Amino acid sequence: MMAKNLNVSPLSNQKKGLRPVTKKNFITYAMVIAFFILFQTLMSTDNLKNAYQSLLVPICTNVIMALSLNLVVGVLGELSLGHAGFMCIGAYAGSFFSVLTEEVIPITWLRFTLAFAVAAIAAAIAGILIGIPVLRLRGDYLAIVTLAFGEIIKSIVNVLYIGVDSEGLHIAMSSSNLNLLEDGKEILRGPQGISNTPRDSTFFIGFILVMLTLLIVTNLMDSRTGRAIMSIRDNRIAAESIGINITGYKLLVFTLSAAIAGCAGVLYSHNLSSLTANTNNFGYNMSITILVYVVLGGLGNVRGSIIAAAVLYALPELLRGLRDYRMLIYSILLIAMMIFSNGAFFVQLREKIAFRFKRRTAQDAIPGRVE
Amino acid sequence: MKFLSQLISGVSLGSIYSLIALGYTMVYGIAKMLNFAHGDVIMVGAFVVYTACVAGGLSPFFGVLIAVVCCTLLGVVIERLAYKPLRSAASLAVLITAIGVSYFLQNMALLIFGSDTKQFSSVVSLPSVTLADGSLTISGETIVTIVLSLIIMVCLYLFINRSKPGKAMLAVSEDKGAAQLMGINVNAMIALTFAIGSALAAIAGALLCSSYPALSPYTGAMPGIKAFVAAVFGGIGSIPGAMVGGVLLGVIENLSKGYISSQLSDAIVFAVLILVLLIKPTGIMGKKINEKV
Repeated sequence: MMAKNLNVSPLSNQKKGLRPVTKKNFITYAMVIAFFILFQTLMSTDNLKNAYQSLLVPICTNVIMALSLNLVVGVLGELSLGHAGFMCIGAYAGSFFSVLTEEVIPITWLRFTLAFAVAAIAAAIAGILIGIPVLRLRGDYLAIVTLAFGEIIKSIVNVLYIGVDSEGLHIAMSSSNLNLLEDGKEILRGPQGISNTPRDSTFFIGFILVMLTLLIVTNLMDSRTGRAIMSIRDNRIAAESIGINITGYKLLVFTLSAAIAGCAGVLYSHNLSSLTANTNNFGYNMSITILVYVVLGGLGNVRGSIIAAAVLYALPELLRGLRDYRMLIYSILLIAMMIFSNGAFFVQLREKIAFRFKRRTAQDAIPGRVE
Repeated sequence: MKFLSQLISGVSLGSIYSLIALGYTMVYGIAKMLNFAHGDVIMVGAFVVYTACVAGGLSPFFGVLIAVVCCTLLGVVIERLAYKPLRSAASLAVLITAIGVSYFLQNMALLIFGSDTKQFSSVVSLPSVTLADGSLTISGETIVTIVLSLIIMVCLYLFINRSKPGKAMLAVSEDKGAAQLMGINVNAMIALTFAIGSALAAIAGALLCSSYPALSPYTGAMPGIKAFVAAVFGGIGSIPGAMVGGVLLGVIENLSKGYISSQLSDAIVFAVLILVLLIKPTGIMGKKINEKV
């Protein structure tokens, strides 16, 4: 899928060393590794407050979510407002698996790896399911379907009861309908969710997962497949006319992105002892928060997504001193940043400045992509 | 009889959704943007009514009137400050700005009124009506909601199709450039759309909180999303579509609450939406747009 790394101009490669894309990717990797080493050192030398230590795994979760959504919104160019739904599926599937097999598989790393695999598969299946309407819908209609999908997932996990006993799994809509035997235990208990998930998530595992996601995303974007996907974003009709299989690529992106989001969900759920689904963690609020990271980081910009997710997640926590005003400040900053980076007045201003100082054409100064 | 009473309260809830959905659909039609802050304008409207009636001691009629004026101003100010600078920007940038405005309104309400849920006293003083020998009771709120929504929709329909500013609005949503060439003030028309949408949201807020009297800074979020779904349901950009979509959504929601499961009612509403869009990708009354190469 991502193995075909076609070099566009091999001659210039030999002259200048690394290709610009490769160099850019290496800077991103180095940035993430440096961030990890810095905070790991701070943590092991006890220089990091406990309150900040507890932010590290959620930061990894948010970074992975942002990278995953960036695939759909930035690279494929389709708006998704239900990405938290995939995360929710992953979180529940992963937690369910971990609780179920806690006694059967005593080796933590093996169980946790399997939990990731189960969650990725579960979320990928959901990705295919939501990918089917994608084939017919476009733009705002697709956005609303993904939003609806996310809400459906959240509602369903809140009414589902799953228990296990010597006869196998029991699934019901209420606790009394489970009909468990004496030795049975309820794992998923409707609105109370799953409790006693082993807390396996560490900053190190989060870091490994971020690096893996990063490698997958950057290699995909730099491959033949990635270029085909981006051509669909830039001009769907032209892409279709040169024989690119739009349906196939869209489905591929949705599935991959969902699987990655599912893994982020496992990281999230194994960082908490009890897992419940509400509007703020798996509802549209979460989906929108992730979308804000992706848009502010720059559509299709991997490094931007990482920085935006890490900084914007940590920002409200660091602003805790301002208590009630922090979310107000956050919202004003959000509006101001959007107007400053996209407003007609400021775009023209930047063009003028760029023209005067760099003697560039105005065309070069316009950031972003063709709508 | 249970079915009939569920149906009637569904129509009542649905007409509130319609009022909100009209705001979404008109703004979408004219400015091609998803105004995510619209749901929070409902909440602001309800809070203004609450403040005017409880703290100010005004009669409910004046409370609603003040709320309509406040929300109209709020809508115009939001449009002027947050959306107008982004008129030519990418749609995603405008969407994020609308989300920012939504956060702003919620957190402003949180700062002023606190996070605890307030008990909203109904603005309707009509007694409930008992029909069919006491087996069917319709509350005053339900009657007022349905009648008022009907009047508003008829007025809006006449305004848009018969009056000059209404026709100008239609022209702008059809083709901005051509409308401008015909001497229509496009900016004024967009501001007018936001004003009408927000005024409807204020009325919807007062009616919603009269029927479901719990008011908090997050009250507007879920009805806002549902109304957005209703607008898409009926075909976003289409005014009769929003009316039909809203009522249908309310009826489906109430019937599934009554007969299937109250916890799953949201999931059922959203599932029906997905089904409708799969069969008719532009909604019930949406126009099919042909692609140009």
